[in-house]
Amino acid sequence: MHAVEAVAIARRFGTVQALAGVDLVVREGEFFGLLGPNGAGKTTLISILAGLTRADRGTARILGHDVVADYRAARRALGVVPQELVFDPFFTVRETLRIQSGYFGLRHNDAWIDELLHHLDLATKADANMRSLSGGMKRRVLVGQALVHKPPVIVLDEPTAGVDVELRQSLWAFIRKLNGDGHTIILTTHYLEEAEALCGRIAMLKAGRIVALDTTQNLLSRFAGLTVRLSAAQLPDAWRPRLLREEGRVRYLGLADYGELERLLAALREAGIAIDELALAETDLEQVFLRIMAGSETTDEARPVVMVPEA
Amino acid sequence: MRQALAAGWLTLFHKELLRFWKVAFQTIAAPVLTALLYLLIFSHVLESRVAVFGGQVRYTAFLVPGLVMMSVLQNAFANASSSLIQSKITGNLIFVLLPPLSPLDMYAAYVLGAIVRGLTVGVGVLVVTLFVSPAPVSLAHPLWAIAFAVLGSAILGTLGVIAGIWADKFDELAAFQNFLIMPLTFLSGVFYSIHSLPPFWETLSHFNPFFYMIDGFRYGFFGLSDVAPARSLALVGAAAVFLAALALAMLARGYKLRH
Repeated sequence: MHAVEAVAIARRFGTVQALAGVDLVVREGEFFGLLGPNGAGKTTLISILAGLTRADRGTARILGHDVVADYRAARRALGVVPQELVFDPFFTVRETLRIQSGYFGLRHNDAWIDELLHHLDLATKADANMRSLSGGMKRRVLVGQALVHKPPVIVLDEPTAGVDVELRQSLWAFIRKLNGDGHTIILTTHYLEEAEALCGRIAMLKAGRIVALDTTQNLLSRFAGLTVRLSAAQLPDAWRPRLLREEGRVRYLGLADYGELERLLAALREAGIAIDELALAETDLEQVFLRIMAGSETTDEARPVVMVPEA
Repeated sequence: MRQALAAGWLTLFHKELLRFWKVAFQTIAAPVLTALLYLLIFSHVLESRVAVFGGQVRYTAFLVPGLVMMSVLQNAFANASSSLIQSKITGNLIFVLLPPLSPLDMYAAYVLGAIVRGLTVGVGVLVVTLFVSPAPVSLAHPLWAIAFAVLGSAILGTLGVIAGIWADKFDELAAFQNFLIMPLTFLSGVFYSIHSLPPFWETLSHFNPFFYMIDGFRYGFFGLSDVAPARSLALVGAAAVFLAALALAMLARGYKLRH
């Protein structure tokens, strides 16, 4: 059985096609990354899995339970850390977690709540009102709320936004432990180094479609190559297709190898363009991400760059 | 498993109680004071000028159950509607939408919370107004009074759920309250017997469902009413069923909740 199975999910909001037929399988026990620029459809997809949004077409299942027809079982199997920093100002941290437990039919859940408070470094704040917490603490309470019912599938939608580095590390250690204990983790994040370090497999979304889906390792090796940071007055037109990102005079180009770098330098020399600065970078997920996003921009119909058949 | 399923809505119900209890000064004490002020002012001005039920009941005594029921209705509406709109606007409604709560679970929890708030304020108003009322107030048929108070608060709690779901902003909720709930309440006979109205307005009052709630509730006190209490109960019951079906349909569709 799959932890998550989405088949041909489509959803339109007015004139915006938020999801345009997404097929996705996340296997049990995976640490899975869902990446994409703002507006790519990540949160819409998560919302459909969580029952917060209805799909126009397609079906979604959590551990085999249809999120519409069998929503009780599906929601019981799923824990979601929402992107928005929301809280109920009437309650303390402990009350918030107890109430959330109760919604899932769990009474006398204090042993697990204490463990959550400990792991999320909130033990000293258990009796503090939610209003008095910092943004990072509120974010960790959201994580706690998603985990009160020990869901086998955990979705974290940008969980570390606003959380400082030290706490981010302890949070990831805890999430890793949960993954090690068998929980399936689905993560969306803007910190691509986090996805690279944590996720075994990654799907990249763009304009409501999956444009890449592979293991993190394969994505990195498929896109092995050079990323060149070039600062110069202009770039010869023939090299513009290699452009990943442009920030004024500073341009990032994706090159296949050093031979291509030589040809770039020759082209600059021939065109009489002076180089202010040139630097090379190792391929990391950020560059893979930029290349895939840049590559699929060239066509109206986003095509899967890498598709791996599901086991 | 069945026990666990039941607990979900009970927790939401409990949370709804905690929500108003934690700010009881605002949610209970304030409406009790408002009702008391109404009683002091209206009874002082009108006690000697208005005769109700052919002079069988003194005006101040007549006013007491009217004010009690008005407070029950307004606070039942306020509880469900403000809870939902606050949760929607602050975004914390997601904590209720993510768990395995059915539309009926949500409906039951919000409406029962509204009933408890309405009845709590109603008892508070009753105790305080009885204490200061110069005229004796009887309680001829307490079961009728309880039946109308519970049904009336259920209806207003349901309207609160509907308004809380429908409204996207606080001013939309305020419009619902000021242009629908308030006129229907004030024109329902809280402060007067409809027999004292000109024929046109008396006839029109019969189309106001709030009139039957107040009139039936008042029957519980004096054994006197403008309309037979059984008829009022049937009409109020029918309104409760219709509105409950509407609220449940909205919740089941996820109207303005699940986009």
